[in-house]
Amino acid sequence: MNRIIKFILLDIVKNKVVLLYTILLAAFSWSAFGLEDNSTKGILTLLNIILLTVPLVAILFATIYIYNSAEFIELLLGQPIKRSKIWCALFLSLCFSLLFAFLIGAGIPILIYAPNDVGLMMLILGSFITVIFVSIAFLSAIATRDKAKGIGISMMLWLYFALLFDGLILFLTFQFSEYPIEKMMIGVSMLSPIDMARIMILLKLDVSAMMGYTGAVFKEFFGTVLGTIVSIAILFLWMWIPFFWSLFKFKHKDL
Amino acid sequence: MKNPLLFFLIFISILSEGRTIRVGPTHEIKQIKPALSLSSQGDTIIVEAGLYQEGNIVINQSIVFLGVGMPIIDGEKIYEVLSIKANNVVVSGFTIQHSGIATMDDPGGIKVYYSNHVTVSDNYLYDNFFGVYMLCCKNCLIKNNKIVALGKEEQMIGNGIHCWKSDSMLIIANNISGHRDGIYFEFVTHSVIWRNISTYNIRYGLHFMFSNDDSYFTNLFRGNGAGVAVMFTSRVIMINNTFEENWGDAAYGLLLKEISDSYIYGNHFVKNTSGIYMEGTNRIYISMNVLQSNGWGMKIQASCMDNTITNNNFVSNTFDISTNGSLVLNTFNENYWDKYEGYDLNRDQTGDIPYHPLSLFSVIIEKNPPAMLLYRSSMVMLLDKSEKVLPSLTPDNFIDHKPRMHALPL
Repeated sequence: MNRIIKFILLDIVKNKVVLLYTILLAAFSWSAFGLEDNSTKGILTLLNIILLTVPLVAILFATIYIYNSAEFIELLLGQPIKRSKIWCALFLSLCFSLLFAFLIGAGIPILIYAPNDVGLMMLILGSFITVIFVSIAFLSAIATRDKAKGIGISMMLWLYFALLFDGLILFLTFQFSEYPIEKMMIGVSMLSPIDMARIMILLKLDVSAMMGYTGAVFKEFFGTVLGTIVSIAILFLWMWIPFFWSLFKFKHKDL
Repeated sequence: MKNPLLFFLIFISILSEGRTIRVGPTHEIKQIKPALSLSSQGDTIIVEAGLYQEGNIVINQSIVFLGVGMPIIDGEKIYEVLSIKANNVVVSGFTIQHSGIATMDDPGGIKVYYSNHVTVSDNYLYDNFFGVYMLCCKNCLIKNNKIVALGKEEQMIGNGIHCWKSDSMLIIANNISGHRDGIYFEFVTHSVIWRNISTYNIRYGLHFMFSNDDSYFTNLFRGNGAGVAVMFTSRVIMINNTFEENWGDAAYGLLLKEISDSYIYGNHFVKNTSGIYMEGTNRIYISMNVLQSNGWGMKIQASCMDNTITNNNFVSNTFDISTNGSLVLNTFNENYWDKYEGYDLNRDQTGDIPYHPLSLFSVIIEKNPPAMLLYRSSMVMLLDKSEKVLPSLTPDNFIDHKPRMHALPL
C-alpha cells in the first residue's frame, strides 16, 4: 500500500495543480493578514476564503483525479492487491497532498500572524474540511461512471454546502421564527461541515457577543468540553461516512 | 501643603476667625465625634492619619472637615460612614471605607442630606454601599474622588456617585469603578459631569433618569456592564466623551430612551456591541462623532423622529446602522461610511451616488435574531451585495445623499 501511495503522490506532485493551489492559498493568506490592521480581522477575511476555496479545490481536484486514474486503478486491480487497499491508498494520498498544500499555504501565515487558539482552530477545521470534501468527492466519483456527471455532482454538492444550505437555514429561521429554534439550529448546523466550522471559529472570536441569544445558546454548547467532543466527533463522521460508503461501493462494483 | 485648595480653605477659615480643632493620636482630642461636638459654625477640623471607627459620624454645622495624610474612617460594614446635614460643608482628604449595606436606608460612604454648597473632594472611598450620595442637594461640588467598590451583584451594591432630586451639581474628575452605576442621576437638573472616568461598573457607567438640562463632557466610560444609559430626559448635552468596550448582549455604548432636544457631539464610540442605541428619541443632533469597530454602529428604532445624523465617521463596524421598521423619519447627511463604494467625479469630496447604510442582513437580524447564525456566511454576503445594487427589502428612504469620500479628521 505504501508503494501505491508513493506512486500516486509522485503523480500528484507532477500534476502541479496542487502546487498552484498552495501558492494561491499562500497569496490569499499573506494578503489577508497584510491588508487588515489586526490579526482578528485577518482571520475573519481568511475564514471566508478558506470556507469557499478549500472545499471547492478539494472536491473538484479529488473527483477529477479519481476519474483520470480509472485506468491506473484498473491496472492495479489486475494485481493481487485487495480492492480496499487501492481505494484507501488513493484516498490517503489525495488527502495528504491537499492537507500538505493547505498547511503550507495557509498554515504558515496563520501561525505567524495569529499564533493563538483561534489560529489553531482555523488550521484544525481547515484540515477537517479538506479531508471531508475529498471524502465526499470519492462518493460522488463512485456514484457514476460518467465523468461529466460525476464532476457535476461534485460541483452541485459544493454549491449546496457553501451557499444553498445557508439559504435553506435562512428560510427555516423565517418559517419557524415563532418558535424557540436556537437549540434545533445546533442540530441543523451539524448537517453542513462548512457551517459548523464557521460557527466554531466565530464563537472563538470576540464577535460572539454580537450573536446575541443565538450566540449564547451556541456558546453554551460548543464552548463546553462535551460540545467540543461532540462537534469533533461529528466532523469525524463527516470524514468517514462518505468514504466508507464509497469504499463499500467500490468493493462491490463491477468495473 | 501640596494642595492649593486646602491651603486656600485654611487661609479663609483663619480669616473668618473660625477655630481650628486638631484630631489625631498625638493630640488631646483623639476622636472625631468629640471634636464635632466641640465645634461650631465656621470651624475647621483637621484630622491626622489614623484609623477612626466611630460608627456613624454626622456633621450638623457648616464646618471644614479636612484629612491630613488620608486618615481612614471606617464604617465597620454596619454604619453609614459620614452624614452631612448642613450647608457649606467641605470634606476633603479622607479615606472612607466599609459602609454598611442596607437597601432600605441606602447608607453611603458620604451621604449629604438636603444641603447646599457642599464640597466633597480628594477623598478615597473604598468598598462602600453607595460612594457619594447626594439627597436633594443644590450647588454641590464632587471633585477628584477615587471611588472603588468590589461589587459582584447588582442587588448588593449601590452607585458610585448617586444624585437624587438635586440641582446645579458639579461632578468633576472622579474615578469610579466596581459600583452598580458609576454615576447615577435621577431628577437632577442643571448639572455638569466633567472629566470623570467610570469603568468596569456592574451596570451602567452613567445613568440618567428624568434629569433635564444636564451636560457631560470629556468623560471616559469603559467596560461597564451595560454602557451608558440616558433615559426620559430632555436637553442633555454630550460632548467629547469616550464610550468603549461595552461588550455583551444587552450592552450599549450609549443607550438613549425617550430623549429629546439633545446634542451629541464629538464623542468616540469604540468596540461596543452597539455604539448608540436609540429608542423614542426626538430632535437629537448627532454630529462629529466617531463610531468605530462596533458590532452595530447605531441602532435606530422606528420610534425615533426628527433626529439629524450628520458629519460622523462610521468605520469598521460590522453593521453601520440597523432599524426595526420601514418608517424613517430621521435625516442622514454627509457622514463618512467606510463601506461606501461610490465615486466622486466632480471632486467635491462627497460621493455622487447616495449611500444606503442599512444592509439587508441587519434588517434580517432585526426581524429574526436566530438568523445571526449565518453571520459571515458567503450566502449572506452575496445577498447583501445584490441588495446594495438593487434595494428591494430595505427601506429606500434610509439614505445618505451626500456621503463623504474621506473620513473627517476627528
